[in-house]
Amino acid sequence: MTASTATGRDAPGARPAQHRWSWAWLGVMPFFLFILIFLVYPSSTLVVGSFKDTAGHFTFANILGLNNPYILGAYSVSLRISVVTAVGGAIFGFLLAYAATRGGLPSFVRSSMMTFCGVASNFAGIPLAFAFIACLGRTGILTQLLAAAGFDLYSTGFSLYSFWGLSVVYMYFQFPLMVLIIAPAIDGVRREWREAAENLGGHFIDYWRYVALPILTPSILGTTILLFGNAFGAYATAYALTGGVISLVTLRIGDQLAGDVGGLSQGLGYAMALGMLVIMAVSVAGYTWLQRLTERWLK
Amino acid sequence: MRRDTLWSWLWIGLGILYFFVPLIATFIFSLKAKLGVLSFVAYVNVFKDPSFVSNFSASLLWAVSTIVVGVLIFVPTAYWVRLRLPAVRPLVEFVTLLPFVVPAIVFVYGLVATFSRPPLPIVNSPLVLIFGYTIMSMPYMYRAVDTGLRAIDVPVLTEAAQSLGAGWPRIMLQVVFPNIRVAVLSGSFLTFAIVMGEYTLAQWLAKPAFGPYMALLGQTRAYEPAACAIISFALTWAAMGIMQFIGRGAPGGAQVAAGH
Repeated sequence: MTASTATGRDAPGARPAQHRWSWAWLGVMPFFLFILIFLVYPSSTLVVGSFKDTAGHFTFANILGLNNPYILGAYSVSLRISVVTAVGGAIFGFLLAYAATRGGLPSFVRSSMMTFCGVASNFAGIPLAFAFIACLGRTGILTQLLAAAGFDLYSTGFSLYSFWGLSVVYMYFQFPLMVLIIAPAIDGVRREWREAAENLGGHFIDYWRYVALPILTPSILGTTILLFGNAFGAYATAYALTGGVISLVTLRIGDQLAGDVGGLSQGLGYAMALGMLVIMAVSVAGYTWLQRLTERWLK
Repeated sequence: MRRDTLWSWLWIGLGILYFFVPLIATFIFSLKAKLGVLSFVAYVNVFKDPSFVSNFSASLLWAVSTIVVGVLIFVPTAYWVRLRLPAVRPLVEFVTLLPFVVPAIVFVYGLVATFSRPPLPIVNSPLVLIFGYTIMSMPYMYRAVDTGLRAIDVPVLTEAAQSLGAGWPRIMLQVVFPNIRVAVLSGSFLTFAIVMGEYTLAQWLAKPAFGPYMALLGQTRAYEPAACAIISFALTWAAMGIMQFIGRGAPGGAQVAAGH
């Protein structure tokens, strides 16, 4: 190994050279420096700021201050909408992905489904809110169609600008994401296993209970967690749709940026952001761990 | 089996409805700007609006700059890690996932809080927005590049190039880059799709962009926002379509972004 690393002056060695490891590190320094300055440093400002009072002294007051109905309410709505749309998106997405991959449908169904889902999961933010306002808003096309058919949607208590309305909108990017991630996992469940289960006298339910579900569970759970984080961090869609009527943590942080702080100190704003970071970190870690459990089936 | 197929079609049908009904409704809505007839008046209004032109071209500029910065940082890094520092790969992969932990609104909050005071009071520089977008698109861009590199034998290609007398610039530009062209392009189109409609960073860093323009339009107009939603959807569709087209047969599979 050491012999083969004898290289010319202008031709750098291609083999890993142990004795020059410190120089090799220089190659990734621009990357780490970039991450440090533009991701770690800004995030640490929020974290450090959460533990400082206005005079810059260390304090737990901001963290304790999160225990306030206004903030807890925002967290509670954010968490609930994320759980509802993650579970809903995961169920619908799984059924769709299963239908497209194992439902005995022609193969073009699967490929077009994946394309649609790639587009839909990336179609979010302001335009998504506008699309649903044009569809299900008070003067939306679908609302009017239903009204013409004698069904007044808004008399049922439904409103696009409410918790459930926002959930319907979030679902538009949630279930496609589930399809995109879970379809390869479903591919990993070999058809032969089902045949084997049937040959051994196993019922359809036995196959699901003892074979398919145990294999797919980490993947389904992991992706559900990912969907949770996806909804939890959403801001633009909710802002454009409700203009801040619904109290979400992301919208409250937006208020802080707008200078409309509602009596909250800057430190409390940082603490709110820190809370989001903690929840997101836990969910991304959970997703990564569960995804790793699944990977061995996805050869 | 017949029953299975029926159920499958049912779910697929529901999925298609969820996907298309809002889009078709938006399209019809966008055509109703003129009372009583369907017309493209809303689109004409949008395209004639000088503010649309300036904001949209600003977004184009941000998107292209983000792609250039991303390629310049991530391609050499991913290449170097594969060639020389395989032990660092888990760390780098971990780092590339970090942007998922930081939602856009928290990220921009941090950027504003950090860069509006010493030692780096650069918050007004467009570079903060471009670098912010580079970070946001990193999980997709880096992974696309890394997947591309996995398909080629990096050490062998490098040695071959070196034994023929090539230096680093030539190795990067004429050996590595052409071999991962498809991967870089697919990462680029995904980045393009993320940046073009992005609202949060542009809004709070106070830079002109298509996203904040749309949000403002939504507060004053009824039909033009629907037209913008259709334009935006067409852009996303085009970017994803091109990505799939150039990526046919290439490894990597589906890529998704979450710029909500």
